[in-house]
Amino acid sequence: MSNLAGKVAIVTGAARGIGQAIALRLAADGADLALADLKTEWLDDTAAKVRALGRRAECFAVDVASSESVNAGVAAIVAAFGQVDILVNNAGITRDTLILRMTDADWDAVLDINLKGVFLMTRAVAKPMMRARGGAIVNVASVVGVTGNAGQANYTASKGGVIALTKTTAKELGSRNIRANAVAPGYIHTAMTEKLPEELRAQMVKLVPLARPGEPEDVANVVAFLAGPDAAYVNGQTIHVCGGMVM
Amino acid sequence: MALEDKVVDIIVDKLGVTRDQVKPEASLIEDLGADSIDTVDLVMTFEEEFGESIPDEDSQKLKTVGDIIAYLKSKGKE
Repeated sequence: MSNLAGKVAIVTGAARGIGQAIALRLAADGADLALADLKTEWLDDTAAKVRALGRRAECFAVDVASSESVNAGVAAIVAAFGQVDILVNNAGITRDTLILRMTDADWDAVLDINLKGVFLMTRAVAKPMMRARGGAIVNVASVVGVTGNAGQANYTASKGGVIALTKTTAKELGSRNIRANAVAPGYIHTAMTEKLPEELRAQMVKLVPLARPGEPEDVANVVAFLAGPDAAYVNGQTIHVCGGMVM
Repeated sequence: MALEDKVVDIIVDKLGVTRDQVKPEASLIEDLGADSIDTVDLVMTFEEEFGESIPDEDSQKLKTVGDIIAYLKSKGKE
């Protein structure tokens, strides 16, 4: 598994959960990692695990919702590594509540990080990728961005937006050999879903034909595929990684 | 290097055309085969190279090689 040898990958939200699993899988495939999260100290664990795999890891404090922070972060990454081949837009948050109770702040916080963050990161890497005449962008969406989900107006809208943004990115940058695809995880076993009530989690598993929650590694495997040469002719697609929950 | 030469070098590099194709009257899109992303990429490169921010309403008027050179000269670049 060295089909990403010589590649440099940025993973946002790499401190834990799906982001950490993605970073480790890309490292296992041979990529060097630029790890981004709000605070660099959150990334110590992921960085140590990447280095244990024999790959280079550097940590960058990036607030994906801020264009200043994103532009400075990507410039620092390009300065450190000299190139960017892969961008995985994974950073995301939830602020779940019913529409009737959802505040402007709940809406804005989720849209700013989950959707605007993907736009800002994509815009920032587009130029270095164009200069390198190639690249792969993988966005982490969600199956609820396709289906909707009660209590997640902000989150579902952001993830549906990510799927549409992925398609536009694929169309705009495809002629520059830059591919953009998305993964849409279903019910994955992470700290984010751990917060959900036990009853709701049991209900969600009942909706999964494979009868188990997914693991972060299940998502990371598909991200690695989309980032790598085996997906050279896959562009603008959203692959559901949900055990068949949404078809 | 003269401004004209720098502009021609950038266009040759970005569009993969030969120097003799990059005449003042050559249209970026019709004669030199630029697409919409090429034109944005070129404008961003001129901005970096010449330290001049080129607003959208100006960049949309830059159709030919001569337009670009005249525009940059009008901004005091040389």
